[in-house]
Amino acid sequence: MKQFTYTIKDEVGIHARPAGNLVKLIKGYSSTVTIEKEGKPAINATALMKLMGLGVKCGDTVKFSIEGDDEEASAKAIEEFMTANL
Amino acid sequence: MTVFKGKGVYGAIAIGKASIFKRRDAAVRRESIEDPAKELERVEAAKAKAVEQLEKIHDKALKEVGEANAEIFEIHIMMLDDEDYNDSIKSIIETQKVNAEYAVAVTSDNFAEMFASMDDAYMQARSADIKDISNRLIACMSDDGNTFEGDGAKTIVCADDLAPSETVSLDKDKVLAFVTAYGSSNSHTAILARNMNIPAVIGAGEEFLKGITDGSMLIVDGHTGEIYVSPDEETIKRYTEKQEADARKKQLLQELKGKENVTLDGTKINIFANIGGVGSIGAVLANDAGGIGLFRSEFLYLESEDYPTEEQQFTAYRKVLESMAGKKVIIRTLDIGADKQIDYFKLDKEDNPALGFRAIRICLTRPEIFRTQLRALYRASAFGNLGIMFPMITSVSEVEKCIAACDEVKKELKSEGIKYNEDTEIGIMIETPAAAVISDRLAPLVDFFSVGTNDLTQYTLACDRQNAKLESFVDTHHEAILRLIELSAKNAHANGAWIGICGELGADPELTETFLRMGIDELSVSPPYVLPLREKVRSINLK
Repeated sequence: MKQFTYTIKDEVGIHARPAGNLVKLIKGYSSTVTIEKEGKPAINATALMKLMGLGVKCGDTVKFSIEGDDEEASAKAIEEFMTANL
Repeated sequence: MTVFKGKGVYGAIAIGKASIFKRRDAAVRRESIEDPAKELERVEAAKAKAVEQLEKIHDKALKEVGEANAEIFEIHIMMLDDEDYNDSIKSIIETQKVNAEYAVAVTSDNFAEMFASMDDAYMQARSADIKDISNRLIACMSDDGNTFEGDGAKTIVCADDLAPSETVSLDKDKVLAFVTAYGSSNSHTAILARNMNIPAVIGAGEEFLKGITDGSMLIVDGHTGEIYVSPDEETIKRYTEKQEADARKKQLLQELKGKENVTLDGTKINIFANIGGVGSIGAVLANDAGGIGLFRSEFLYLESEDYPTEEQQFTAYRKVLESMAGKKVIIRTLDIGADKQIDYFKLDKEDNPALGFRAIRICLTRPEIFRTQLRALYRASAFGNLGIMFPMITSVSEVEKCIAACDEVKKELKSEGIKYNEDTEIGIMIETPAAAVISDRLAPLVDFFSVGTNDLTQYTLACDRQNAKLESFVDTHHEAILRLIELSAKNAHANGAWIGICGELGADPELTETFLRMGIDELSVSPPYVLPLREKVRSINLK
C-alpha cells in the first residue's frame, strides 16, 4: 500500500470538475484508492458525490491510500494530478 | 416512406429527427410495484438514454462554449454512474417496493440536501446538478419518450398541439421545425412560428403522431405542408437541393436590403414589421423593416405572474423605441381575451371568446389596467417615434373613451413634470366589420387605421379562426373583406388619416397590387416577410 498526504492550494478546493477528473484518473488504474480528510472517515476516492461531499477546501490536508497491482503508477499519477490541478 | 399533409405556415424546409413534445408531469408519484428487478432494469435503460443525451449535449457544448464549460456535462455523466447514488436508488426500490421514478426522486432529494447543507456556496450549488441529472433520469423513464428539450441536438418538434406559451418557450436554437397534429394555420401558434423563422406545419392529423417515434427521420416542407416520415434517399436529395435553393433566394433578398419599397411607376409604400416581444427587435432590424407596425404588448402580461407595473412596461417600451432609433413604433394596447388567458386577470370562461370580453373591452371596464399601460406608453413616447393603437374597436364612443383616457394620462404626466411626446399618434385597429363600416365616423378622431385582417376575416365570414374544421370555408380573399378594407382606406384618406394592414393578409403577395391600388400606406408583416414583400412591390407596375 502506498500513502501520501497533500495540502490543497487551489482556491476553490476539490470542486466538481477536478473531482470528476480525479475520479476518471483513478478509474484508469486497477488499484483501490481511498481519500481521507482530517477528522472524517476515509471514503472510496471513486465515489464522486462523496468526494464532492467531503468539501475539501483550500488549506485542507487530505491523505490518499492506494492499494493494488499498479499502486506505484497510480500513486504517482494522483500525486502529479494533485500538484498540477489542486 | 410515408407522407402526411398539413398546412404549411412558414415556407422553409427542415430535414432532421423528430422529437415528440410531451408535457412533463412535474410531480413524481409513489407507486407500489411487484417486480423490483423490472424497475432496476428501467433505471438502467433510462441511465443509458440519459448518458447518450448528455454525451450529445457535451459534444455540442464542446463546439460552442469550449472545453472548460463543456466539462460539467461529463461530470453529469459521472454523477449518473456514481456508486452511492445508484446504490441508494437500488435499495429504495428493493426495500420499499416502489417505482423507479419515486426512488430516483427520493435519492435526488437526499443527495441534493447533502450538498445544500454544506457550508460552501460552491458545493451548495451542486445540489442543482443532482436535481438536473435526476430529472433527466426520470424523464428518460417515461415509456413514450422524453420531452424534446432534454436533447441538445436540433430536432423537429412534433406535438398534438402547441399552446402559444409553449411555442414561445421553445428554445429556437434547438428547434429545426415544428409539426402539430391539430390546430389551424391562423392560430396564434402558427403566427408565432412565422415570427420565429421556423418551418412549421400545422394540422398534420393524428395519424402523423402515431406514425413517428423520437428520432424518426423527417422532412418538413413548410411551403406545401408536406411531411415525409422516414424519407428515401432520393427524397432527401431532392429536398436538400430545395433547401439550398431557398438559401440562395434568401441571399438574393439580402441584396434588397436598403432599397426603397417603390413600384416600377414610382408608388411608394411603407413596409413595417409585426413583433410580439422585445426579443424580436433584432429580426426587425435584420430584415430592414421601416418600422414596427404592430408591437403586441401582451407578452408583458403573459410573462408576468401579476399585472406588470408601470415601470416594467415603461422599460420594455422605451427599449423598443430606443432600439428603433426614431423609426415608427406602433404599440397595440392589451389584446387578451378568453382565448389568450392570463390567470391573474381572472377572466370568466366564455363559450365564445372571439365575441367576448376582450381587448379594449377589458381596458375600458378596468380603467386601472388601462391607465397603467397608457402612462407607461406616454412616458416612453419621449424616447422615440411612438404610435398607440387600440384593438377591437366597434364604435365612436369607444374611441372617444380611449382618447379621453389618453388625455387624462397626459394631464397627469404634465402635472408631475414628466416628459412625453405631445405628437404621439393615436390609431385604431380595423378588425371588426362595424369599425370598417363606420370608418368615416372613426377616421376624424384618429391619426391612423391599421387593418387586422385575421380578426376582420373571422368576424366578416363568421369563421372561428381557432377552428381547424373551418379552414376550407375561410376565403381570405373574399370580396367582402377586400371591400371593407377599401372602404376604410377611402375614409381614412378623406379625413387626413393614414391606413396600414397588420394582419396576415398584408404579407400575401397575391394581394400586394390590390392594396397598392387601394392606396394602403403601410403593410406590416412578420419580419421574414419584409424583404420578399419589398421584392414584390418593386416588381409591380400600377400604370
